[in-house]
Amino acid sequence: MSAVLQNLVNQPYKHGFVTEIESDVAPKGLNEDTIRMISAKKNEPEWLLEFRLKAYQQWLTMEEPQWPNVKYPKIDFQAISYYSAPKPRKKLGSMDEVDPELLRTFEKLGVPMHERAALAGVAVDVIFDSVSVATTYKQKLAEVGIIFGSISEAVHTHPDLVKQYLGTVVPVGDNYYATLNSAVFTDGSFCFIPKGVKCPMDLSTYFRINTEASGQFERTLIIAEEGASVSYLEGCTAPRFDTNQLHAAVVELVALDNADIKYSTVQNWYAGDENGIGGIFNFVTKRGLAKGINSRISWTQVETGSAITWKYPSCVLQGDNSVGEFYSVAVTNNHQQADTGTKMIHIGKNTRSTIVSKGISAGHSNNSYRGLVRIAPTAAGARNYSQCDSMLIGDQCSASTFPYIQVRNNSAIVEHEASTSKIGEDQLFYFAQRGIGNEEAVSMIINGFCKDVFQQLPMEFAVEATKLLGFKLEGSVG
Amino acid sequence: MIYQNSKPLLEVRGLRATVNGIEILKGIDLTVRSGEVHAIMGTNGSGKSTFAKVLAGHSAYEVTGGTVMFEGKNLFELAPEERARAGVFLAFQYPIEIPGVANNQFLRLTYNTVQAQRGKDELDPLEFDDFVREKMKMLEMSPDFLDRSVNAGFSGGEKKRNEILQMALLEPRLAILDETDSGLDIDALRIVANGVNQLATKDNAIILVTHYQRLLNYIVPDYVHVMESGRIIKTGGKQLALDLETHGYDWVSIEQRAAAGA
Repeated sequence: MSAVLQNLVNQPYKHGFVTEIESDVAPKGLNEDTIRMISAKKNEPEWLLEFRLKAYQQWLTMEEPQWPNVKYPKIDFQAISYYSAPKPRKKLGSMDEVDPELLRTFEKLGVPMHERAALAGVAVDVIFDSVSVATTYKQKLAEVGIIFGSISEAVHTHPDLVKQYLGTVVPVGDNYYATLNSAVFTDGSFCFIPKGVKCPMDLSTYFRINTEASGQFERTLIIAEEGASVSYLEGCTAPRFDTNQLHAAVVELVALDNADIKYSTVQNWYAGDENGIGGIFNFVTKRGLAKGINSRISWTQVETGSAITWKYPSCVLQGDNSVGEFYSVAVTNNHQQADTGTKMIHIGKNTRSTIVSKGISAGHSNNSYRGLVRIAPTAAGARNYSQCDSMLIGDQCSASTFPYIQVRNNSAIVEHEASTSKIGEDQLFYFAQRGIGNEEAVSMIINGFCKDVFQQLPMEFAVEATKLLGFKLEGSVG
Repeated sequence: MIYQNSKPLLEVRGLRATVNGIEILKGIDLTVRSGEVHAIMGTNGSGKSTFAKVLAGHSAYEVTGGTVMFEGKNLFELAPEERARAGVFLAFQYPIEIPGVANNQFLRLTYNTVQAQRGKDELDPLEFDDFVREKMKMLEMSPDFLDRSVNAGFSGGEKKRNEILQMALLEPRLAILDETDSGLDIDALRIVANGVNQLATKDNAIILVTHYQRLLNYIVPDYVHVMESGRIIKTGGKQLALDLETHGYDWVSIEQRAAAGA
C-alpha cells in the first residue's frame, strides 16, 4: 500500500530553479544599522524609520513562540540577509524596461507580466526577493480611483493612507514574527479601493524568493472603503535550496462599512526534499479587520508548500453584522509540518463566521489545525460554524485538531464539527477495477474532499490548485 | 447461450491463491467462452468471492500457482486497471463508498478511460449526461443518483444497481457478478437481472457468483459450477442449480466423497 501512496505524493518541485540575475544583496545580519540601511535604500520618510526601529526594539525583548505543533532548529537571525533586490538597469518606467531575465523567470512560472498576456483581466504586482518589480494594469485601475502597486511606492505617493492604516490591524508588537516584519519589511503590495468602487478585475501579487539565505519580509495592506469590494489573489514559489529560507510576512486588511474583501492564496513555496532538507519557513501573520457594519472578509488558502507553515489568517469582526470566512486546504507530504488555522474574533452584534478547514497529510508529515473562535460580551447574536476535516494518506503521517472556543455572550451560537478519514486500499481497488489508476483515483478523492474550499477560489486559481494538488500527492498511494 | 465454435475468453488452469499465507484457492480449472453465462455456487468460505477478486487483481490475494489467460493474454501480467480496461469487470459484493466524489464524475471518468483504451470517442459532460440517463432508465434508477457521492449512503439495492449501471456503461467482455443478488428484494432482483440479461451478447460472457438459486430463475446459466474448499467439485447445466436447491450443498460433497472413496 505505502509504495504506491509514496510514489503518488512525491512529485518533484517544478519551480525550484534559480534566476541568474545580478542582485543587490545586503550583508547577513540584523541590527539597527540594517534597518537604517533598508529604510535609506527605500528613501523612506522619518516616521516609517521610527516605526521600524520601535518594532526592532520591541522584537529584541520578545521570545520565539514555542506553542505551535512544529519542530525546527533555532533560527539564527544573524545568518539571514534582510535585503535582496535585482539590480535595475535603469529606472523602471514601463513593463518593457523590466529586465528580460526577470520577465523570463515569471513567464516560466506562468505569471504574465505583459498586460496582453494570458491571464488578461487580472492585475499583477510582482515581488522578487525584497522588491516589487512590476505592476500591471495600474493606469486602468487608477481611472476608477484604485491604488494598486508596491507598498514602498505608496509610502511616497500616498503617505497619509499608509500612515493611517499601517499597523492598525497587526500592531507592531503583535507577535514575534510580525514584530520582526515590522522592523525589516522590504516590500509588498498596497491596495486601496475607494468608497463605492467595485474593483473591476482581480488583483494579484506574486511572490518569488530567489536569493539563497535571504529572508522575505513582505507587507501587504489592503483597504476597502465604504461599499467597496475587491478580490485579491496571492501566489508564491521559491527555488530549491538546501538551506531553509525565512518568509515572515504580514498582511493587513481593513474593510469599512459594507465593504467586501476576498483574499485568496495558493502557497507553493519550496517544501524541502524528501528527507526534509531545505524548504521555506513560512511564518506569516494575516489578519483582516471587518471594521464597518455589514463588512465582510473572506480568506481562502491552499497551502501546499513550505517546510513549515505557521499561519492563521484571521478576522476581527468589529462592525455589527460583519462576516468572516476562512476556507483552507493544507497539504503536507514528506517531512513537512503545518500548524495552520484561523481566529474569528466576534466583537460586533450579529457577527457571523464560517470556518472550513481541510487538512491532507501524506508521507511523514504532520498537519495541525489550530483555530480560535472568540465571542466577546458585546457580540450579541453572534454565530459561528466550524468544520475541520482531516485526511490521511499512508500510515506514517499525523493530523491534529486544536479548536479553541471562548464564548462570553449567551445569545451566541457556536458549532464545531470535525472528521478524520483515510484513503483506503479498497477505494483504490474499486477505482482500478473501473480502469482508473491510483494517481487519478487519489486526485479525484482529494478534489472531492477539498471541493467546499476550491469552489471559493476564483476560476484560474481553482484550476491551478487542482493541478497543484495532483502533483503534490503524486506517488503517495500504494 | 452456448455457441458452437465460439472462442475461449477466459481459461483458468490450476489456479491457486493465498491470503495472509492461507491457501484459499487450491487449483481451479474453468473455461469460459464468448456468449456463455456461468454460475459459480457454493457455501460461505468456499472461495467463490476470492476467485472473483483474484481475477480482478485485488492486492490482498497472492497467486501462488496456475495460469489465467484472458483473450489469449496472460491476465496476471496486467495491473488491475489494465484488466478493467481490457474488459474484465467485477460487480462488487460490497461496493465501496467514496465520499466527496460525485457519481456522475466518477462514471464519466471510468467510461471515458475505457473508451479511450478502445480507441473510441470520449464524451463531454453534457453528452455523457444524456447517455447515462438512458442507461439508468433500464435499471429504473432515479436521476438524483448522479449528483450523490459514489455509493455513499446508498442502500444495498442502490449500490448493486450502481454496479450494473457501470457494467452497462463499460460493456465489458467478461463480467463477474459477485453476489449481486444478495441484499436485493424481489423487485430489485428482477430489475437488476433484467438489466444483466439485456447486456448479455454473443461477444461477452458473464460469471455469476451466488449462494442461491433464485437469481438463476432470472438469469439462466449455461453452466453451473459448485465450489468447495477452493476447488470446483462439480459442473453441470442449469438443472444442477435446481438440484442444489432441493438437496443442499452437502448432497454434492457427499456424492463427491463417495465417488472419491469408490
